[in-house]
Amino acid sequence: MNIDPHKCVACGNCLPVCPMGAIHIDPAIGRATVNQDQCVECFACYRGMSKEHLNPIMVRTLRRVAQFFRFRFDPEPDICPTDAIVPQELTWPRIVRRAFSDPQVPHESTGIHGRGTAEVKTNDVTNRVKEGEAGFVIEFGRPGVGARFRDIQQVTATLAELDVKFETSNPVTSLMSDTARGLIREDILDEKILSAIVEIKAGLERVPRVLQKIRELAREVDTVISVGVSTRCDAEGNDSLGEILAREGYPRYRGKTNLGLGRVTRISPHPSLSPVGGEDKREGA
Amino acid sequence: MTNTLHRYSEHYAIEPKVDPEPVQDDYIVFAMSTRGVNDDNLVEKYRKFLRLALKYNPVNIGDATKGGILRPRQDLNPTAHWRRDQHPDPEQVIAGIDGHTTVAAVFDNYEAMRKFVDDLKTADLGISINISAPMDDALHCCQETGITRHSVEYSIGFRGRLDKLPERTTLELSTMCGHGMVSASFARKMTEWVKENRRTPDEAARYMARFCICGVFNITRAQRILKQACNLKG
Repeated sequence: MNIDPHKCVACGNCLPVCPMGAIHIDPAIGRATVNQDQCVECFACYRGMSKEHLNPIMVRTLRRVAQFFRFRFDPEPDICPTDAIVPQELTWPRIVRRAFSDPQVPHESTGIHGRGTAEVKTNDVTNRVKEGEAGFVIEFGRPGVGARFRDIQQVTATLAELDVKFETSNPVTSLMSDTARGLIREDILDEKILSAIVEIKAGLERVPRVLQKIRELAREVDTVISVGVSTRCDAEGNDSLGEILAREGYPRYRGKTNLGLGRVTRISPHPSLSPVGGEDKREGA
Repeated sequence: MTNTLHRYSEHYAIEPKVDPEPVQDDYIVFAMSTRGVNDDNLVEKYRKFLRLALKYNPVNIGDATKGGILRPRQDLNPTAHWRRDQHPDPEQVIAGIDGHTTVAAVFDNYEAMRKFVDDLKTADLGISINISAPMDDALHCCQETGITRHSVEYSIGFRGRLDKLPERTTLELSTMCGHGMVSASFARKMTEWVKENRRTPDEAARYMARFCICGVFNITRAQRILKQACNLKG
């Protein structure tokens, strides 16, 4: 992202809006400036702020007058008065910043917006995570810290040694050069993103071991990690995962519950998706 | 929609509290289709989902590709600083749905969520429906509506460089947009502005909600958090 110095009036509204704190007023030019290394191209400033289209010279003059008299004008905090925030054309590898930071960009690998993962949200038609299995959702950089792929690789490379399976339909997996070793392609390792989700699967009996490993690895990376664990319930709607987490001392207050109301409704569903459970439901089971 | 999974509360405090206060004003129900499986008549399904939600006065609804009931505007003039249109526009959300996305409704009470889920069961839209809420409440809702849970996903909190995280109030506010569009700095600024009586909790909550483009920011909960943080009554 860039800020047009000809338009910027240094009102400062965009500074706190940036999730990465990448914007500052450069005292040398008296304009807001974006630290390109820290900017993750999330578009929060460009899209999130409302815009006026005022004349920059007029606004600067008014601000100087108010400043001289020590008047405090109390403007709306989410408006860019001169429409000074300007997206830049992104090329590889910088473009991956936006893919993993701007929730309005669908991921090419999955076609899903946001962080590009389906997890168990559609498990009622995809059956990605089966009974007896646990799906781990490890999100790097969340909340609000950001991460570099080098940090992510540090963890994925070690997780690969545990013989866990990386979810194939996942944006991070799609950028791995060697999924067996958990290695991410070299040319994006230094790119910073708002957050990225690594998904792995293992048997329920391995939940304590995998989570312990994630705890250990988390101490070695220079970011925060948010962790979610999922499973499919049994025929009565019960799950044993909650008990496992409680026994291991993990908080499990909040989460997502798939209600199982999804079913195959297309007459000819795409053959590659092979939804599980759909056949039964179509017959009213 | 993982963006609703890790909403910070005392239950996820770094120093665990013995008896954390339950969160009873933050219930999200969202719908998601799967390409090639149940995405026929998708726009109509999503619109019906949101129309059913409106019966129970959600505090926000959203289309993940377009935004929630409060959105930034590209065409403001200077009068906005004194007379800004603050009215939520749910019809804009419904009308704007044009294809693959995720739609969500946020409620500030359990009963509204339960009734909505009951309606969804009857409507039988065929798309995947999830509750994102305290797990016990979601389970209770399923039991009351005669739904057998299919899958569950637990948030087990945060790890790593926790020293980089902001303080509790800011985390509670900013994590209501899990995509990180409500920055910690902005949440902190809004809290300060309410403390200084420069803005009301309602106004501050609405500023933040505009940045959450999925429409899952809970405006009512944000008002409560701001009031508590600023020792305001009501």
